[in-house]
Amino acid sequence: MKLLLKGGRVVDPANARDGAFDVLIEDGRIARVGKDLPADGAEVFEIRPGWIVAPGLIDIHVHLREPGQEHKETVLTGTEAAVAGGFAAVACMPNTEPVNDHAGITQFILKKAAEAARARVYPIGAVSIGSKGEQLAELGEQKTAGCVAFTDDGKPVATALLMRRALEYAGMLGVPVIDHCEDPSLKGDGVAHEGYYSSYLGLRGIPGAAESIMVERDVSLAELAGAHVHIAHMSARESLRAVRAGKARGVRVTCEVAPHHFTLTDEALDGAVKYDTNLKMNPPLRSAADRDAMIEGIADGTVDAIATDHAPHHPDEKMLEFDRAPFGIVGLETAVPLVFDRLVHTGRITIGRMIELLSVNPARVINVPGGTLAEGSPADVTVLAPDREMIVSAESLKSRSRNMPFDGWRLRGGVAATIVGGRMVYKNA
Amino acid sequence: MTTQATEAAAAATLTSRHLLGIAGMTADEIGLVLDTAIAMKEIGGRAIKKVPTLRGRTIVNLFFEPSTRTRTSFEIAEKRLSADTLSIAAATSSVTKGESLLDTVRNIEAMSPDMIVMRHASSGAPHLLARTCRSAIVNAGDGMHEHPTQALLDAFTIREHKGRLAGLKVAIIGDLLHSRVLRSNVILLNTMGAEVWACGPSTLMPPGIGGFGVRATTSVDEAVEGADVVMMLRIQHERMHGHFIPSVREYFTLFGLTPERARRARSDVIIMHPGPMNRGVEIDSEVADGPYSVILEQVSNGVAVRMAVLYLLAGRDIDVERGEG
Ligand SMILES: [Zn+2]
Repeated sequence: MKLLLKGGRVVDPANARDGAFDVLIEDGRIARVGKDLPADGAEVFEIRPGWIVAPGLIDIHVHLREPGQEHKETVLTGTEAAVAGGFAAVACMPNTEPVNDHAGITQFILKKAAEAARARVYPIGAVSIGSKGEQLAELGEQKTAGCVAFTDDGKPVATALLMRRALEYAGMLGVPVIDHCEDPSLKGDGVAHEGYYSSYLGLRGIPGAAESIMVERDVSLAELAGAHVHIAHMSARESLRAVRAGKARGVRVTCEVAPHHFTLTDEALDGAVKYDTNLKMNPPLRSAADRDAMIEGIADGTVDAIATDHAPHHPDEKMLEFDRAPFGIVGLETAVPLVFDRLVHTGRITIGRMIELLSVNPARVINVPGGTLAEGSPADVTVLAPDREMIVSAESLKSRSRNMPFDGWRLRGGVAATIVGGRMVYKNA
Repeated sequence: MTTQATEAAAAATLTSRHLLGIAGMTADEIGLVLDTAIAMKEIGGRAIKKVPTLRGRTIVNLFFEPSTRTRTSFEIAEKRLSADTLSIAAATSSVTKGESLLDTVRNIEAMSPDMIVMRHASSGAPHLLARTCRSAIVNAGDGMHEHPTQALLDAFTIREHKGRLAGLKVAIIGDLLHSRVLRSNVILLNTMGAEVWACGPSTLMPPGIGGFGVRATTSVDEAVEGADVVMMLRIQHERMHGHFIPSVREYFTLFGLTPERARRARSDVIIMHPGPMNRGVEIDSEVADGPYSVILEQVSNGVAVRMAVLYLLAGRDIDVERGEG
């Protein structure tokens, strides 16, 4: 089976390629990238002027909710949302029910992913059994089963000692430890960024330092262990400073930022819909200075990846008092439009940098194939339509859940097609 | 119609069909409530303290937090206006286990109440109801957010004594961080042109208080100096657990309103407290029971002000078609 992507601009930073090329896909792999390739029996997909042919996007922070919370999302609905959002691959967090802390659950998720046959799914295993922070999970078995990283996401890795051992052990296996950075005592029962708006609205606050203290700890421990730590959903400017300092002295620390943290601030809580639980996530929407710092870090290269922290919740769970509702929003289907609209079209980053943040670097962080259109590599390709005007509609999301604050937003930039292993799994051409 | 007449007509009603907070109320609207409360207070002085204004209206008092004082005040206000009332004390713990807030309220709404007066431990809970329910919602205190009828009765009491709100120095002292009384009072007093000082320990100072439009200080002496009004906030004993204060004893030493401290205020100062009071913690009994204390007046004015609020919200319903606003 052959597919020819004809015309358009190929942006492939991993191979320092940016220009007008055709891409020929054969047997699930990139066969050739070149000028004026002949169709030669291949099915032809005409790339329209202005569209971008990029290596398949990879979201390394997604909650697929299966097993155990299928009313929020399943591997099938989650990967349908992924490919509709341009993601050819997602890495899924272990805070399912039960927690993914052993190989049987990883195998179950991979089986579901194979049945769904949409995006590739890379399970991330729990650092500790039940993510309870007490006993190290069988990371070796989990890696063999298919886990690409370890985290106790939803919570930080509980103690410095456990984090040290996890880093040392995962380092031996050649995989990173991903940490949800927050000091539990400083976070307390906080529900919003600590500042004027939390005070004004009477919501318990979570200071930026609750995050950065843990980032500082993790950078120090990665240095001690000589291993790779990845900071999940970074939101506070103090954390960015800690990552920057760590990188400057050669520590293996990488980090990701979620689209809502470069788009929104805590001011939104006092907006037209007050106490909208679709603005409740952890870490919380922070101050304008934090938001600006995240954009700066994205632009200057300190931030390695953009990851959505896609966190589906059922409407009944979100229609609660603000302090009782669960944290999190869905993000797979709005990430690309938000990156285009808020970062690319505003001139903060180039399209090349966008592809690094959404494809090249995510592949490197979790050491998976992808992030490249090199000949011979798996044919995961995303076709982007940078100038497509769209109005976000929560109603028409592919995800099983609708919890997001972007409903009705008018954004410029979208996805024309997603190709996984040479198969067109999503097309909006 | 002259411009004046148009303005008079506009000020004769409230814009919103709910009272969710002082935030969003104009000075005219606040003035309207306070003026209406004067007439309501007169009713309370009669031998027969009852008018038929809200006859046939059903008001549900839904209290998710225990509050004898506010609930009783609303109940008396409703009865004096001849409304049919029902008070439900819903334990917060049972809500956690079972029904959601919206389901509880939908069940109540199936019985077609006109108004729901709600006290809830979660900030923003009344806003959630206002978005989803048919009834008019009156916020009787939501979490650490607002307690609008308290601020209105405080303003009424101040106006009775001082004849005005504009230009007064009002010192609010205590647990600023957790106080909905603070937030509602600050917004109201700022709207009416008073000069507000907020004083409390640094640990109980709301982050970003600079944005509140108050003079913030940790010195009681500075706050009280030359004040026309001193408003004490309750300090809860639980605050010792979050490392906010070392002990109530030390709190009283540093922040309690003693006769000596009170003397720094203007000679005609009034001393207020929203209750319930902790004598010997935030306020010395000698001050609480002294000649400048208007604490019991606040309680009786509470009924008049709540009557005014209920009357104006219901009156809005009488004149205006349902569903607007
Ligand atoms: Zn997390």
